[in-house]
Amino acid sequence: MNPNKPASVRPLSPARRDFLKVSAALGGGLLLAFYLPGRARGAGSAAPFAPNAWLRIASDGGITILVDKSEMGQGVMTALPMLLAEELDADWNKVRAEFAPAGPEYKHPWFGVQGTGGSTSVRVGWEPLRKAGAAAREMLVAAAAKKWRVDPATCHSDRGFVLHPKSKRKASYGELAAAAAALPVPAEPKLKETKHFKLIGKSRPRLDTPAKVRGQAQFGMDVKLPGMLIAAAARSPVLGGKLKSFSAEKVKALPGVRYVVEISNGVAVVGTSYWAALKGREALGLEWEAGPLATLDSAGLSAKFQELMGTPGLVAKAIGDAKTAMAAGKHLEADYEVPYLAHACMEPMNCTAWVKPEGVELWVGTQGQSSCQITAAKITGLKPEQVKVNTTYLGGGFGRRFAQDFVAEAVEIAKAVGKPVKLVFSREDDLRAAHYRPATLTRLAAGLDAEGKPLALAIKTVGPSIMAAAFPSAIKDGLDSTAVEGLADQPYAVPNFSTEWVRHEAGVPVWFWRSVGHSQNAFAMEGFIDELAHAAGKDPFEFRRALLGAQPKARAVLELAAAKAGWGKPLPKGQARGIAVHESFGSWVAQVAEVSLENQRIRVHRVICAVDCGQVVNPDTIVAQMESGIAFGLSAALHGAITLKDGRVQQGNFHDYPILRMGEMPKVEVFLAPSGGTLGGVGEPGTPPIAPAVANALFALTGKRLRKLPLAL
Amino acid sequence: MLNLYINGDRYRIDLPGDTPLLWVLRDQLGLTGTKFGCGEGLCGACTVHIDGEAARACQTPISTLNDKEVTTIEGLSPRGDHPLQKAWVAEEVPQCGYCQCGMIMSAAALLKKKPKPSETEIDQALAGNLCRCGTYNRIRKAVQRAALPVGKQGGLK
Ligand code: FES
Ligand code: FES
Repeated sequence: MNPNKPASVRPLSPARRDFLKVSAALGGGLLLAFYLPGRARGAGSAAPFAPNAWLRIASDGGITILVDKSEMGQGVMTALPMLLAEELDADWNKVRAEFAPAGPEYKHPWFGVQGTGGSTSVRVGWEPLRKAGAAAREMLVAAAAKKWRVDPATCHSDRGFVLHPKSKRKASYGELAAAAAALPVPAEPKLKETKHFKLIGKSRPRLDTPAKVRGQAQFGMDVKLPGMLIAAAARSPVLGGKLKSFSAEKVKALPGVRYVVEISNGVAVVGTSYWAALKGREALGLEWEAGPLATLDSAGLSAKFQELMGTPGLVAKAIGDAKTAMAAGKHLEADYEVPYLAHACMEPMNCTAWVKPEGVELWVGTQGQSSCQITAAKITGLKPEQVKVNTTYLGGGFGRRFAQDFVAEAVEIAKAVGKPVKLVFSREDDLRAAHYRPATLTRLAAGLDAEGKPLALAIKTVGPSIMAAAFPSAIKDGLDSTAVEGLADQPYAVPNFSTEWVRHEAGVPVWFWRSVGHSQNAFAMEGFIDELAHAAGKDPFEFRRALLGAQPKARAVLELAAAKAGWGKPLPKGQARGIAVHESFGSWVAQVAEVSLENQRIRVHRVICAVDCGQVVNPDTIVAQMESGIAFGLSAALHGAITLKDGRVQQGNFHDYPILRMGEMPKVEVFLAPSGGTLGGVGEPGTPPIAPAVANALFALTGKRLRKLPLAL
Repeated sequence: MLNLYINGDRYRIDLPGDTPLLWVLRDQLGLTGTKFGCGEGLCGACTVHIDGEAARACQTPISTLNDKEVTTIEGLSPRGDHPLQKAWVAEEVPQCGYCQCGMIMSAAALLKKKPKPSETEIDQALAGNLCRCGTYNRIRKAVQRAALPVGKQGGLK
């Protein structure tokens, strides 16, 4: 038997059959061609009608819609095709979604590069995708009219057909594809009025679900190429440390190990299986030089933040004179503190790279295709357009997969060995060689008048800059707006208001983490507003409501959440409610959390969530994103902390970096309150309000104000 | 040399006995529906059935599997139409989807033992399966849907 013979996919038979002998000598094992489920066959680039970068119509009527955003669970693979298919009047059952390659035509209009993030995918796809569908539809109608020699205005389209009612003629899009391709693409096609939408606004089953429940969806982790090797890398256990020495010889002799490669961040062991690479890594006998961060620890960082709080910050917002106005009223002041957080995507970071003289090919679950091209080009000396990016499904992203560290390492290793290599992070690598949500300290001070109305609010926050690492050009006049988002633009009517930022770079890599600055700033802002309500002797819901007169959207979701939660009505003994409202990424979300304590452990029973994201595209996906955002925020509120000691991250796996478990998941009830107009995002806005809603509920229950995450009584 | 029975096929395996089943499935056999999430038995992404019981493939050295029967998500049902898989589709459970094969395998082992599990029994059986996307409520509903008698609630036959 030839052990290298591909065995392809085997039929499952009840009868036992002898199968391939599998051994370490087999190398890559069975060879399975890389493919993406959902990738249409027969509707590929040979399609006769491809009027733009997103659409191909085959002569058999198959419609392929290219999705230029990464599918990481947020549902773009369904919602974006819906936008195009709506205006195309396509038969939804014939629509297939395919991941787009990397290319200039897919540049994100706000980012300037191709990428997925900031809860923007549907927002930025809304115009161009509908136009792409409408233009194609007009061309198909024109092609039919020309064929039938009738006025196009007397024809219309319906579910994949052009019809001419007068003559009772009908032609499918597939039949018309070739003729339509010969016509000019209209620049300003006519779009439907929202009331005529057939697909948009109604829940559509997600196109990626069947593959995902059968184990057929291919994540970056699942990529397998002929001759591919698998790598594990060792990096300094102390942040910023440097490699001193290692012994490659012994490791190279281990079964299944093929190469030991030094890379910028450390050493990689490359073998025929991940297990072989891991075993090799253990035997490297590594020695590291600690470097400048060797004394960094979380307690020291907390003290440093307190010290910096006394220094003047950069003014991000100033209305009136908060300091003077404050002196006149009843004074309140509080500090809110949050730790670093890891993303802990369920799929650890990984990237497959193949460096050839003529170009690089990548297979990667990435949020930033253009960045991948630039990363690989820099390392290989090739041009970005010589880097082909195959985007796989992402086993979670949450911002982490915008980063390039794992891509750069994979390219370095692949370049050294000259074969396709898949670099895989262990969970420990994933939590330690990471990019974190910043730890921050925020001080809020307010003055209340005799009626309990805020006269002044002064906020100062201390923390690092995410944009300095990610998009330095986004820093304007020294200000990284993500550091103060949700603070400087807080919605409550306060005549004298200021926000300052003291930047402090501790040397810990920081990054976008689901909802970015809002993730910590909503906790501070909505916690403190609750404190003011209490100090004013007012109900926390009514207090907020009264200060949101100029914010109808905020008020609407707040009122809806309160009404649906039965705010003010009694709860079972031992339970209490808390409320929070916050805007992020263009959407307003209000949440009411019902909590109790079970043996001093915090238990969240139910969360009522009201969301206004403007226009609704796929309602069930919005509901799912709210559920998901709440779970993500609850993990942070109840458990999440990355801490440092002697420059090392102390957490390594899910036992010491716990995330929410099934039994901890509250009932979640989501209510959509779309106000129409501009679209808001949905991937992130569900996260910010939950931590303060729970903390406020715990205050209502115990009288204890919790100002630190994770929450502990 | 070990005999491994996976999804009804027999493999003769000549690999170090301490190799976890997970890496044999994924790297050698191309059965990538079984996922790697933690490598320490802490997340459940790698859940398979060994002689019908839910087990973590990352914690199962192949030396312990001689003559045992392993079922992965690829072998759970002939056409990917196990009642749980159908229920998962009906409830629109997956988001990123990475944890879901492990969830389904854990739930399938539960239903075999307890055809009508209570909510608490579901939570307990799936307590070791983590979902970073927070799809837990839909998972619970989908397990309950799959446990319903044929014909109820639609979608499952
Ligand atoms: S990978 Fe096996 S339990 Fe996490
Ligand atoms: S669906 Fe993403 S981890 Fe469960």
